[in-house]
Amino acid sequence: MNPIEAAGVWKYYGDFPALRDISFGVESGACMALLGRNGAGKTTLLRIVAGLAHATRGEVRICGAGARDTRARLSIGVLGHGISLYDELTAYENLALFARLYGLSDPSKRAMEWLERTALDRVKDGRVREFSRGMRQRLAVARAFLHDPSVLLLDEPFTALDDRAIALLQSLLRDAIGEGRTILISTHQLREALELATHVALLVRGRLAYTGERTEQMLEDTGWLYRHYGEPQPARA
Amino acid sequence: MAVPALRGAPARAGVKPPRLSFIRQSLTIASKDLRSELRTKEAINASFAFAIVILLLFSFAFEPTQQQTREMSGGLLWLVFAFAGALILNRSFARELPNDCLDALIAAPVSGAALFFGKALANVALLFAVELVSLPVFGIFYNVPWMQQFWPLVGIVLLGTWGITVIGTVFSAMTVNMRLRELMLPMLVYPIMIPGLLAAVQLTTPLVMGQPLGADSMIWLRLLVAYDVIFTALALALVETVLVR
Repeated sequence: MNPIEAAGVWKYYGDFPALRDISFGVESGACMALLGRNGAGKTTLLRIVAGLAHATRGEVRICGAGARDTRARLSIGVLGHGISLYDELTAYENLALFARLYGLSDPSKRAMEWLERTALDRVKDGRVREFSRGMRQRLAVARAFLHDPSVLLLDEPFTALDDRAIALLQSLLRDAIGEGRTILISTHQLREALELATHVALLVRGRLAYTGERTEQMLEDTGWLYRHYGEPQPARA
Repeated sequence: MAVPALRGAPARAGVKPPRLSFIRQSLTIASKDLRSELRTKEAINASFAFAIVILLLFSFAFEPTQQQTREMSGGLLWLVFAFAGALILNRSFARELPNDCLDALIAAPVSGAALFFGKALANVALLFAVELVSLPVFGIFYNVPWMQQFWPLVGIVLLGTWGITVIGTVFSAMTVNMRLRELMLPMLVYPIMIPGLLAAVQLTTPLVMGQPLGADSMIWLRLLVAYDVIFTALALALVETVLVR
């Protein structure tokens, strides 16, 4: 049983099929880079895997449970487009809130540990609205990793990150892969993603055009996969 | 960037932390909402100001000394509560929109029902605070002995407020991604609020005039309680479908 399994997933927005018959699995300890140009369906697929949206047809299972099952949600850490933090709460209050919602045994201690880990402990009582962009992003990373998830779902995680936050995230992701966690990462930033990825999936107009192991050729020529499937290469590749 | 390892027990995939109970999850959500609101005071200030202005305008429109006006004072009061409540209810899920906070809550192991219930508790607390401040103002403007039946009045106000809040919180979730949500929410919820508001008005009118509830009021009390119970159960059952589409 793979930690992430999708079988025959379709998603319609009105009459428009955003996802068409998507089936794939990500094995334990693997990092799959989900590639595709804008509108290919990456975010829709990640939202369905994260349990934030329902598939019109088909099924997603996380660690053997349905994506909306509590067991699945305890296993998932999500880092999306937004930082998912409350501007009017302090850094500590934000992390302690999510630690409580995830039922962690000592929310305060856990929040402080992650504030230290992301070098935000000195500003723990500062409100998020007062933080710089980089600080907000580091706190968002802390929120996603706070509950020790075995499955990480990251939607464009490197977009708009400053150098420090990129280094933090890459370090955490390498540690996570080393610990046997499973990662699904959607991105346009091919270099960063392919350096981490063990597997690659390419979405083309809602269909899974390619899925397989990441090869050395992909790493040497990050636009190769796009060209091979006749897709325009993202500008930042 | 070197990332220091966590102290204490190492992170292990597959280890499941203990789950919070429904009530504790709801209280966590409620306290978060109240803390956010008390820091920004966006909804409560607007709601309070709106309630006072409407009470003042109504007192100009109707002659407060007339017996007829006193008899309809319960209705005026609930109109004010319903309008002021819409301002609080509109903010309930809208405050989750900046930074995509709603996604993090839906992705967390918190049931839609607990999320709804926590938000409803926070909304009740905020609206009840506005009502508690509005009541003395109402008593002065309309010259009614509202203090004489204080505790029964508080009970009815709480029951009516819960009914308004339950419906409003569900529709706040439903309309959160709409462009005209400030307009859509009142348009959708007021028709559904009619039975609850009608019962609350019938029960409030004698109480604000200093008269105890008689046996003929019991049918309205039963209607209000039934309204609260039915819509709470419906909301708890439906909110997950509303949140995850």
